[in-house]
Amino acid sequence: MSISKQIVDDFVANDIAFVTTVPCKQLGGVIEEVEARPEIYHIPSNKEDEGMGLCAGAFMGGKRPAIIMQNTAIGVTINTLVTLTQFYRMPLPMLISFRGELKEPVACQAEMAIHTKPLLQQLGIPTYHFHKQDDVRELDAILKYTFMSSKPVAILTDATFWGGY
Amino acid sequence: MIRSEILREVAPILRDQLVVCNIGLPSQELHMIDDQPTNFYMLGTMGLASSIGLGLALSQPKTVVVIDGDGSVLTNLGTLPTIANNVADNYILLIVDNGSYGSTGDQPTYAGKKTSLTKVAEACGCENVVECRAEETGEVLQKAIDAKRMTIIVCKCESGNVKVPVITKDPVVIRDRFMAAVAS
Repeated sequence: MSISKQIVDDFVANDIAFVTTVPCKQLGGVIEEVEARPEIYHIPSNKEDEGMGLCAGAFMGGKRPAIIMQNTAIGVTINTLVTLTQFYRMPLPMLISFRGELKEPVACQAEMAIHTKPLLQQLGIPTYHFHKQDDVRELDAILKYTFMSSKPVAILTDATFWGGY
Repeated sequence: MIRSEILREVAPILRDQLVVCNIGLPSQELHMIDDQPTNFYMLGTMGLASSIGLGLALSQPKTVVVIDGDGSVLTNLGTLPTIANNVADNYILLIVDNGSYGSTGDQPTYAGKKTSLTKVAEACGCENVVECRAEETGEVLQKAIDAKRMTIIVCKCESGNVKVPVITKDPVVIRDRFMAAVAS
């Protein structure tokens, strides 16, 4: 089974029914899989903070949400994470491609990669890092933890996890 | 007419709907005029009222009215294509367009100058965009609710604010009672 399929299977098994995505090459397979599933309403957003607003609304409407984005989005969404998701205490799984790690070909991506974990730590956001393919086995438990704790939770997936570019 | 006068006039219509209200003075004014468990007040995060409301409308069947402002829509202009391409017929976006950033001291917005949010919404693909004068807001809003069709209302009005207390309710309380109202 492909990793992308396995990830979205875990989403569906945890009743995630509303997924917003911002395009990413690494996560392209997951985005395709999300689009293909009848159990999930897939709504692409133009910017990640907009996506978090959509997810907040979906959660209050009774649907479990998730956002799929790049780690650069942490820089874009700090205010939204703090004053919406955390302030109103809402759960939000964030499946994040961790650009700028080992095997990264684009130098600029390394700049934001350096800040990604410190920012998440500063925000008090539980963070998990998928580096080896087996790490995906923890996803089901991470999703359950997210909805149990009503917090935004970051799942960083790097290039080694995805088998290079 | 200024925003608080419009809110006072449409409050009896809003009372029976789910309302997502924009940050700052709009939420404070609505909270003062007619606090309801069906109101979701934004205490932070400028620009996302329309997005929160869309997520809500797409996830449950009750009518959702978003009270937004021209400044906030300009902050999150990417919301309009998303709205246009994800049609929810239980979604009404009421943009109170007073041409100014009211909560921060009435600095002018571009919507009060050369930019028409009505035309922007249409160009983004929104199919049912109504521009109205402040005095017509109640009638236009009721019509949109009755039509059960996704509608963007751009209500052109005067800028100006009334003195109003800040909302001191706990955000989790606001969210919890709102979710109970959504589910009831």
